[in-house]
Amino acid sequence: MTDIADRQKLSYIAAQAADARLNVELETEGMTLNIGPQHPATHGTLRIIVRLDGEQVIWAEPSAGYMHRGYEKLTEVRTFPQVTALVNRIDWLGSFANEVPFILAAEKLMDIEAPPRAQWIRTILFELSRIANVSLFLGDLGVQLGAITPVFMAFRDREYVLNLIESATGGRFHPNFDRIGGLKDDLPEGWLTETKQVMKKLRNFCDEIENLLFGNEIFQSRLRGIGVIPADVAKQYGLSGANLRASGVDWDLRRDQKLPLAYDEIDFKVWTHPDGDSFARCWIRLQETREATKIVDQLIDGIPSGPVMAKVPRIIKVPEGEAWVSTENPLGEMGYYVVSKGDLGPFRVKIRSASFNNISIVPWVLRGVYVPDIISILASLYFILGDIDR
Amino acid sequence: MAQLSDDVLALPGDALREGVVSALRDALGEGLIDSLIKPNDDIWVRVTAEAWQQAGLVLRDVVGCDYFGFLSAIDWMPSPFGRSEDDPSAPPAERDMSIKQGYTGGETRMQVFARVGSIGKHFGVTIKADVPDAAPMIDTWIPVYAGANWHERECHEMFGIGFHGHPDLRNMYLPTDFEGHPMRKDFPLLARLVKPWPGIVDVEPLPGGDDEEEVAE
Repeated sequence: MTDIADRQKLSYIAAQAADARLNVELETEGMTLNIGPQHPATHGTLRIIVRLDGEQVIWAEPSAGYMHRGYEKLTEVRTFPQVTALVNRIDWLGSFANEVPFILAAEKLMDIEAPPRAQWIRTILFELSRIANVSLFLGDLGVQLGAITPVFMAFRDREYVLNLIESATGGRFHPNFDRIGGLKDDLPEGWLTETKQVMKKLRNFCDEIENLLFGNEIFQSRLRGIGVIPADVAKQYGLSGANLRASGVDWDLRRDQKLPLAYDEIDFKVWTHPDGDSFARCWIRLQETREATKIVDQLIDGIPSGPVMAKVPRIIKVPEGEAWVSTENPLGEMGYYVVSKGDLGPFRVKIRSASFNNISIVPWVLRGVYVPDIISILASLYFILGDIDR
Repeated sequence: MAQLSDDVLALPGDALREGVVSALRDALGEGLIDSLIKPNDDIWVRVTAEAWQQAGLVLRDVVGCDYFGFLSAIDWMPSPFGRSEDDPSAPPAERDMSIKQGYTGGETRMQVFARVGSIGKHFGVTIKADVPDAAPMIDTWIPVYAGANWHERECHEMFGIGFHGHPDLRNMYLPTDFEGHPMRKDFPLLARLVKPWPGIVDVEPLPGGDDEEEVAE
């Protein structure tokens, strides 16, 4: 295994070589290749235009915006409780996780806090969205690299998690379950026992994927040493979540900030990987899915009883002020900067979604790579189009 | 530039925030207009448009904010369309159009704001700058944080704010020949022009009580 510094050097040399090739007289004729907007590796409709020299990328430009829905503008004509129905659709594979930071920001401005049981249920559902989201990534990863089996396993096991989310919230993809001051409802009877069993299944799924994919020689050779992102570059571009931790940065908003969620009450490990390559990013996500099932188990064991809704006015007016809340969502740091003018609805909401920053590094990271690696790098960066375009 | 000393960085919560603000004040002088520290919450600072890029460098190199969160803008003008719920057949509603800025104040309608943070020390700073109304231009942050590139492009097309030194301010979302800047408050929400808000006919009074009434347990 090459050392990390060597790999960075190699990728730097490759980029320099690609640059130099443009300038010499014996320049080969370049070719512009268009990938997407409809491509299985684009998780929606991301279009990437790459300029090739032979098989090497000399320039790449993602072109987002095929799915821009203007949520920031729409929030200005909604009331605070209505906004959750919109933001559900940002990262549609882990919808519940999108609601939480917005609700927390509104609660911060109103200076109220959800009762403990609501905080714990929020945290459980948050982690379930993470499992639902990332398990699909693990299956899809196989498809993008040419393996068909993992995706069937992923869809099979994600279904158990979606069923849980559905039986608790009523919605499989768009729960819209979080309320300012608590939750819409308490959990149904027997839900916690069932969840524990499903978590066991999901741990088995992680083991299966680990054996099937991560131990596979072809899989490793497609990902190891490809698309290396050093830690300082990752931070400059604002990469977050698994993409940042794969570059060796030990940063997890679940652990590193104080929020009214139940993460302080439990033990969990924040996984990091020193390599910063595509393999590291995928590996971190696998470990995090397994860690999330353990988090859910601990939360179920410790869940307090009590009400799930604080006392809030019937008509919610949020006092004047500004608040920033971000959480560690399945895709990375997701935050809302909410400006209120004491009205029924927000004055301005800036939605800081993880994928927007995660994908803005693509022009940097694709320089000098070979065509098949484009797909594996995009797959390992893992984005959801709704999360880029908002 | 000298870095923030380890003694300051070792301080807990609000004391650290005080240290960050005083370091910014020392480095920027007149460039720092106002600052706000909310206890146990966050830091807001406002700098002049001229000091915007310098403030970014100070945040990165002196204060140690190595992580780029986001960059965007706020249009502080109240929307002339209210909440886009007006009845189109009724006479236009009277609205208070006075501009009132948020934390750390401001003098212009448009403000650029950004969020950066320190990964090791777990604090963040929200930094704002007034953008002149006549020529909404400000320096780019790309030399400070490379990730600002896309955020500035988005900000340019949505708010019409230009960035000196940005290499490529093409539209990200809108067609190239699109006119107007959708996130400005005086840009109407087109969906509501096509079909007025149906809520104006549907709304029923809530059973009993006024705003102050609390939900029964």
